[in-house]
Amino acid sequence: MKQLLCPLNGLRNISEFLYGGEVHELSDPRDYSAKDWAEHVFFDENRAGLVLEWWCHRPTSYWFIAERNTITDEVVRSFPSSEIFTHRIDFDQRRDRGEHV
Amino acid sequence: MPFGLLKYGLRKKYPAERHFTPTKPLKSHYDVVIIGAGGHGSAIAYYLAKTHGITKVALIDKGYLGGGNTARNTAVIRSNYLTEAGVKFYRDSVELYQNLSNEFGYNIMMENRGQLTLAHSDAAIRSFRWRAEVNQHLGVRSELVDRQAIKAMVPNLNLSENARFPVLAGLWHADGATARHDAVVWGYARGACQRGVELHQLTEAQGIDVEGGRVVGVRTNRGRIRCGVVVQAVAGASSVVGQMAGIKLPIHSFPLQAMVTQPYKPILTPHVSSPHVHVYVHQTSRGEFVIGGGSDPYPLYHTRATLDQKEILSAATLELFPFLAQAKILRQWAGTTDMTPDYSPIMGLSPVENYYLDAGWGTWGFKATPISGKMMAELVATGRVPALIEPFELERFYRFEQVNEAGATAASH
Repeated sequence: MKQLLCPLNGLRNISEFLYGGEVHELSDPRDYSAKDWAEHVFFDENRAGLVLEWWCHRPTSYWFIAERNTITDEVVRSFPSSEIFTHRIDFDQRRDRGEHV
Repeated sequence: MPFGLLKYGLRKKYPAERHFTPTKPLKSHYDVVIIGAGGHGSAIAYYLAKTHGITKVALIDKGYLGGGNTARNTAVIRSNYLTEAGVKFYRDSVELYQNLSNEFGYNIMMENRGQLTLAHSDAAIRSFRWRAEVNQHLGVRSELVDRQAIKAMVPNLNLSENARFPVLAGLWHADGATARHDAVVWGYARGACQRGVELHQLTEAQGIDVEGGRVVGVRTNRGRIRCGVVVQAVAGASSVVGQMAGIKLPIHSFPLQAMVTQPYKPILTPHVSSPHVHVYVHQTSRGEFVIGGGSDPYPLYHTRATLDQKEILSAATLELFPFLAQAKILRQWAGTTDMTPDYSPIMGLSPVENYYLDAGWGTWGFKATPISGKMMAELVATGRVPALIEPFELERFYRFEQVNEAGATAASH
């Protein structure tokens, strides 16, 4: 069986994991038009090649990010989501401070 | 065509007929370029030439004719879907299939053996009753059948009440059929070539030229082609080719795996499908059992098969047909299915003018080959989207008007 390296639990069988979709940049949902929502919900790059995507190790409910080649099915690296998402985005506070969001 | 056959039979010599015109040098301009010489691309070219008299057409493919998902499906033809848009669309496709051998003068080996879908739960029975009603209303032959009727149709099916998931009832679809998938694409391409369409194999689209929001050409490994219209018909690579034109699609590509056993004497007449145990089985006219189809659980563009999927398919098959326990697997393969969020295709206009989409064919592409070819050809010729395929436009996702096709095989997987 194929295996995937979980940053928390080590190398595990692929059947223990759940694919969670491409990693998208987060922006303020209050600024989303209907078209933006449609694109956010339905549309994806679906690239042939290297992609960044969410994975979940189901037995431990641990979500992380893996970089995978969708042509060769090789995982280049997997890492905790905190490497990309370094701080919590609090939309309300940013808006209240008058920042452009 | 019987007279043609008789004449041929009475001849003294049987000269080999050339199927397709020899490859010509690629011209610098065509009216229409169709990317993808599979069943759909060939059918579009065929109807463009035959119905609309448009023959300055280049049918290009990076590989060979019908070598993509046309060769990788399990050749099932049916129209017992659930949505009105879906049932009407596939119904017209099945009707076209029925006359295709005569129209081509070429045997596509159509076999009308019907399809039986099995219910293993009360919820499935309710949904089958719903599908049967919708189908009958739209002129498609579907009916709910009980265990006795199933036993008469498929005596070898495991109808034991001690099975893990006992069979409770079935949805019988008399219009269900199979055909030789290669013959379908060959017949279409041959008919198109005879009418002047140019088939260019080993001609890979590497870029799409768009000027002022309008498509003007295709860049290939054999040179640049300028053209008025481009149709993309590349199941399994819809997102990749779409991106060349700057079009993002609501598609995820998954490999779907299938396999075939060694041949046996004729023992199974209809196509039998079980959404609950996730398998469908039919016996081909040469005796092999075709078993499909398990999807890999995440998107991929390679088509290498995995042992896990073979085990899952085998276990499900043995629940239904224990007599296959000793059968040897002869071949196994995978094809890339372009899955859409609502299990319906994406056909028609795109954000780029004169660039038309024939995409998102998931697990329902082969059965739609004739009708999608006919409708896309009409769109190319008239510039207007035919009513039959209007519900399947890309725009539907922006309007949140998806065609939720719960009758798709993959919807239950």
